[in-house]
Amino acid sequence: MDEHKPHISSYLSHARVLTALLFLTLITVLLTWIDLGVFTIAVTLLVASVKATIVLTWFMHLKFESAFTRWIVIGTFALFVLILIVTFVDYFFR
Amino acid sequence: MRNAEKYTHVSYLEHEGKYKGIWSWLLSTDHKKIGLLYLYSIAFFFVVAAILGLLLRLELIAPGPTIMDAQMYNGVFTLHGIIMVFIVVIPGLGAVFGNFFLPIMIGAKDVAFPRLNLLSWYIFIIGALLGVASQFAGDGPPDTGWTFYVPYSAESATNVIFALTAAFVLGFSSILTGINFIVTIHRMRAPGMGWFKMPLFPWSLYATAWIQVLATPIVGITLLMVIAERTLNIGFFDPALGGDPLLFQHLFWIYSHPAVYIMILPAMGVVTEIFPTFSQKPVFGYGAIVISSLAIAFVGYFVWGHHMFTTGISYWSRWFFSFLTFIVAIPSAIKVFNWISTMYGGSIDLKPPLLYAISFIFLFMIGGFTGLTLGALATNVHLHDTSFVVAHFHYIIFGGMGFAFFAGIHYWYPKMYGRMYNIKLANIAWGVLFTGFNLLYFPLFIIGLQGMPRRYFDYLPQFHAGHFISTIGAIILVIGIFMMMYNLIYYRHRGPVAPSNPWKGVTLEWQIESPPTHENFDVIPEIKNPPYLFKKEPQT
Repeated sequence: MDEHKPHISSYLSHARVLTALLFLTLITVLLTWIDLGVFTIAVTLLVASVKATIVLTWFMHLKFESAFTRWIVIGTFALFVLILIVTFVDYFFR
Repeated sequence: MRNAEKYTHVSYLEHEGKYKGIWSWLLSTDHKKIGLLYLYSIAFFFVVAAILGLLLRLELIAPGPTIMDAQMYNGVFTLHGIIMVFIVVIPGLGAVFGNFFLPIMIGAKDVAFPRLNLLSWYIFIIGALLGVASQFAGDGPPDTGWTFYVPYSAESATNVIFALTAAFVLGFSSILTGINFIVTIHRMRAPGMGWFKMPLFPWSLYATAWIQVLATPIVGITLLMVIAERTLNIGFFDPALGGDPLLFQHLFWIYSHPAVYIMILPAMGVVTEIFPTFSQKPVFGYGAIVISSLAIAFVGYFVWGHHMFTTGISYWSRWFFSFLTFIVAIPSAIKVFNWISTMYGGSIDLKPPLLYAISFIFLFMIGGFTGLTLGALATNVHLHDTSFVVAHFHYIIFGGMGFAFFAGIHYWYPKMYGRMYNIKLANIAWGVLFTGFNLLYFPLFIIGLQGMPRRYFDYLPQFHAGHFISTIGAIILVIGIFMMMYNLIYYRHRGPVAPSNPWKGVTLEWQIESPPTHENFDVIPEIKNPPYLFKKEPQT
């Protein structure tokens, strides 16, 4: 049942992840200075989602996992998005 | 060593591991011992919270103050709710029977992460102790109710932060147990046990575990946000600081409604094991039960707003949540039809586990139908925050999860301890319990319809009869609980030795010794058949 193949990430790969995360954190901070109106939360969540994707893909080795495991994560993310949409239906139509 | 004199095998209870005495329990990574650690700690907290519940009922036996003042009443119902919901009902069935029986029922020697399993119990105990300590430390018992609604929970002068932290810590235990169960089911099923050869209790645990892992972090963060608002004055929920109090309710119920399914799905799994065994018939509609479990777990994520119909959420949200609340009733109803069809034409053996399981259907149906009454927008406006909601909730949670737990303990007791309780006394205790339960909660439907608010320390004289009957019911219920517990505790060592398969079950736990050995199986079984073939042969 075990399809897992061992994989060791390079330090360079970790460094790239770190750099990307620092850069995106800077963008998150800068976004607080810009008034995006109703899109504020959507944009900040988008940036956060990109950060999460980078962490999951490279740092947590999802890239090297089976398709089944990847689909579980994608399903979880889809559930999260659906919950957000349902929540914001209240805010947009209240 | 009494058991050693009686059995030809060395059970997990006599197994001599690395540690002796109390340490053989407190440092054990055996899933069965951890299951029992959960059982004893949850039973203890159940008794504490049941006594608190009885005190609440005694206070309400007559109008005006009787045994406590209003502030004390608020503290007592808050602690009753926190203990029952976060310490007893949410972890209950999964942590006790899931830990004990999941590996056995899928043909494994233990869970995937035994040490993590023990850590989960320690985190659970720390969270539980924090919850109890919140009553005695700081500025007085929290008085927010178990739901911690803002703005009151952000402003109450009582010891709310302790209680919030307790719920936060308990959430970690739940997540870790969920991860453990998911990995165990994915990785450790016996050879030949495909997904659709897995018994239905593990299936229910699988659906539950996904809710635990995905929903619990949301409430964890939400509780931290309340703490941040109280301590750092950050305006998440306070409108004066730019926050939104309804955001708290959204976030809280995004977890806490699926949490109802964390409570009830394993309960459904337990009774699904009991009906075929005591009917000596294959379970009716195996596939439908599996799919309905997954459907409940999924749709259950999207009904949280029915707790908020009267709060001023948007029209479209109310429409959406009401619609989905009706939809989520369908998979629950499918299960009920399957259980009844399983019994139909079967060789019914009306032993205590089946009595509790049938009561589960009866009480869960009353809870379910009244849930639809509350899910309808128009009637909800009338019934919101009345004792009708209290009755509905207790019919689902106590009548559902509670009676399923009692069914489970009476079903698996001979396997867990290798002894049999007194069946006649168990039947009498069931009768007392069932009578007390209905006397306690049914009048609350009626006075709720008449307008009795919930969480009120006092009431108008017109509600007196209902409250009086309810309190008498509470006393009968508590007598029933103590009769049941006496029976189970007394016969733990004194009961007759139980055979390995006293109920003629066919799933894997009934194919091994009672009590099981340390590693459950000498040889991992190879699964050839579906799990509920009564007329042919057992699963291996």
